[in-house]
Amino acid sequence: MHTTMDIKDIIKPENKVYSKTPVLLDNVMHYCPGCSHGTAHKLVAEVIEEMGIQENTIGVSPVGCSVFAYNYVDIDWQQAAHGRAPALATATKRLYPDKYVFTYQGDGDLASIGTAEIMHACNRGENIVVIFINNAIYGMTGGQMAPTTLMGMKTATSPYGRREDLHGKPLRITDLISQLEGTCYVTRQSVQNAAGARKTKRAIRKGFENSAKKKGTSFIEIVSSCNSGWKMSPVKANEWMVENMFPSYPLGDLKDI
Amino acid sequence: MKEEIIIAGFGGQGVLSMGKILAYSGIMQGQEVTWMPSYGPEMRGGTANVTVILSDKKISSPILSNFDTAIILNQQSMDKFESQVKPGGLLIYDPNGITRHPQRKDINIYSIEAVDLSAELGSSKTYNMVVLGAYLSKKQIVEMESVIKGLKKSIPERHHKLIPMNEKAIEVGKEKIIEINKV
Amino acid sequence: MAEYILMKGNEAIAISAIRNGCDGYFGYPITPQSEVMETLMLEEPWDSTGMVVLQAESETSSINMLYGGASCGKKVMTSSSSPGISLMAEGLSYLAGAELPCLVVNVVRGGPGLGTIQPGQGDYFQACKGCGHGDYKMIVLAPNSAQEMYDFVDLGFELAFKYRNPALILTDGVIGQMMEKVELREMKPRWTDQEVIEMSPWATTGKTPDRKQNVITSLALDAAVHEALNHRLIEKYKKMEEEDVRFENYKCEDAEHLIVAYGSMARVCENTIDLARKEGIKLGLLRPITLFPYPTKEIQRMVPQLKTIMSVELSAGQMVEDVRLAVNGKIPVNFYGRLGGIVPSPEEVLEAFKKEINK
Repeated sequence: MHTTMDIKDIIKPENKVYSKTPVLLDNVMHYCPGCSHGTAHKLVAEVIEEMGIQENTIGVSPVGCSVFAYNYVDIDWQQAAHGRAPALATATKRLYPDKYVFTYQGDGDLASIGTAEIMHACNRGENIVVIFINNAIYGMTGGQMAPTTLMGMKTATSPYGRREDLHGKPLRITDLISQLEGTCYVTRQSVQNAAGARKTKRAIRKGFENSAKKKGTSFIEIVSSCNSGWKMSPVKANEWMVENMFPSYPLGDLKDI
Repeated sequence: MKEEIIIAGFGGQGVLSMGKILAYSGIMQGQEVTWMPSYGPEMRGGTANVTVILSDKKISSPILSNFDTAIILNQQSMDKFESQVKPGGLLIYDPNGITRHPQRKDINIYSIEAVDLSAELGSSKTYNMVVLGAYLSKKQIVEMESVIKGLKKSIPERHHKLIPMNEKAIEVGKEKIIEINKV
Repeated sequence: MAEYILMKGNEAIAISAIRNGCDGYFGYPITPQSEVMETLMLEEPWDSTGMVVLQAESETSSINMLYGGASCGKKVMTSSSSPGISLMAEGLSYLAGAELPCLVVNVVRGGPGLGTIQPGQGDYFQACKGCGHGDYKMIVLAPNSAQEMYDFVDLGFELAFKYRNPALILTDGVIGQMMEKVELREMKPRWTDQEVIEMSPWATTGKTPDRKQNVITSLALDAAVHEALNHRLIEKYKKMEEEDVRFENYKCEDAEHLIVAYGSMARVCENTIDLARKEGIKLGLLRPITLFPYPTKEIQRMVPQLKTIMSVELSAGQMVEDVRLAVNGKIPVNFYGRLGGIVPSPEEVLEAFKKEINK
């Protein structure tokens, strides 16, 4: 006999197949549908819950779309000036060496205005985790060109496509970071499907575990989509990312020691 | 009591450390002191000078245009500071390398052959202490006991074995000072 | 018995930081203040008090390290000189906007640009009128001796935490490079983790179940929320003006003329006052110790007894504007300044003063 569950039955604990981690707050996210930030936030929150480190974790949010990360992940946060998150994290970790400290930064923030801060924090081997969202564009300011913007890609400040003679070639900053002796773990992941999200979560967890072992800086790039900035549907943006972003930013570990 | 001194010469002659020892000697006997160097690119091999003030009372300006005493150790400093000694004041100089000797008649002038004397002592590093000795023979503003305490305070402990030699250099300076002009 | 040490003003800053429970120093070398970090590195306070000392990659980075450290409720500081403070302008605005306490030392050199490494007071506007963007103020202390360099580290932290606002020590190469005797005050230990939480319950010390998350930010996109923040800041600055104005008078009781000067220039002008008094001129000196909040009321109190006021600065005329605001046109306000790193002698200042009053 066929039975239907109504809403009251569905939300009963015994019937639940999934619940949101309590480390994620109930606030409705401001991210565009299809944006990778929401998934990345959830993975960070889940790792914090699973490791039981909510009381001991301090996050540093950037300038960019994820400036409001503190509205979604229920930990103590510092909101940094554009590009400076690694400097805040450096001091925080040194003053509280037993706490977990991570930065969450986009490509405009980390790979452009904040190159000095990220390079030197990684070179000093600060025992922090860096989560680097690379969607090849400035999302929040309205879709301008980033250092990671692909050749030929149209943005608000490269309306006819990125040109080498005008803008140089895309900056593969994660490759540079992997050369720095202070880093212990440098990886490039993506969250465009469930398998990718699972791998990314494992990478984030490994980063936090490295912090506890004081192994140096863990750097996790998440190649992401920005369907609004790219002016595509979420589905199309995901496909475009696989076709165009992954060849330039190939997934996998660059360093794991 | 208030004594305003300029010590001027080349970098490397121990101008700044001589001033520092003098200042520390003052502290050791409860005086107020200031030690104000010229700083900057001049520090590197060029001319170096320091203004030291010792006083029984609180010192206001550490920067002065006239001095009770000028200790002059090269020609550039002679050109600059001879005129800034107060009438009746004291000028002590090392004639080594001086091409135009001081000409004023209204101040007390003495010379000290500190290059030769420190060489005789066996260490050019005692140069500034020979000069300090010469100065102290004319102005007993600090006790010898305070100078030794000051030396101990201003040089690192690992060099304290050199204190007797410095003490000797001060004595040599006191003895060998030569009067040039007296008012 | 008190212990006196002969030290440079810059060294006094470093020693005082260690002895006053400072948790972290983050800096970048620049003349004429490099002795601050050099002294700290020599002292290795991480082994004695647990204080963190770090040479950052730039002044931009050091000020943002302060932002991170201050967010944690820790006593953090940096020191630099003029061009370095310009680079810190961004961070200082964020620190003020996020209401974070910290201590910054500016050993001012001559400018603009790379300028000269000789002393100057040309950063008065930068320090007192908010050197970064937005409506904010810093508490500005102007020491005039090595002892005050030592003492104002402690005072700076006290005021910074009282108001949750950056405090700045504005000084120059004269005070930084000059050696004087300094009394080492009693040691103050660093705050324990528990004391940090009690002192700064707003700090990012880790979200415990008994409280909501702490978020340090200067961002408020809602206009009403942001206006409220600005009003809160204004209230704070008003309170500073009511409670924490500091100044010193020298021979002002019967003064008919007044010199206003701060820091190294005030030391020189004390001699000027003595010289003038010898000539029978009734000249007094007002030395503002806090440049913000400014001793406006003290100037106003004195105006009825005065014929003229002269501001003497190592600048093209910056503090003189605050003097004029205080005087509000009631008596003539004159100015004398030297530039390029030249510090005028007491006699030169007296000549300039006489020239003005005899005009």
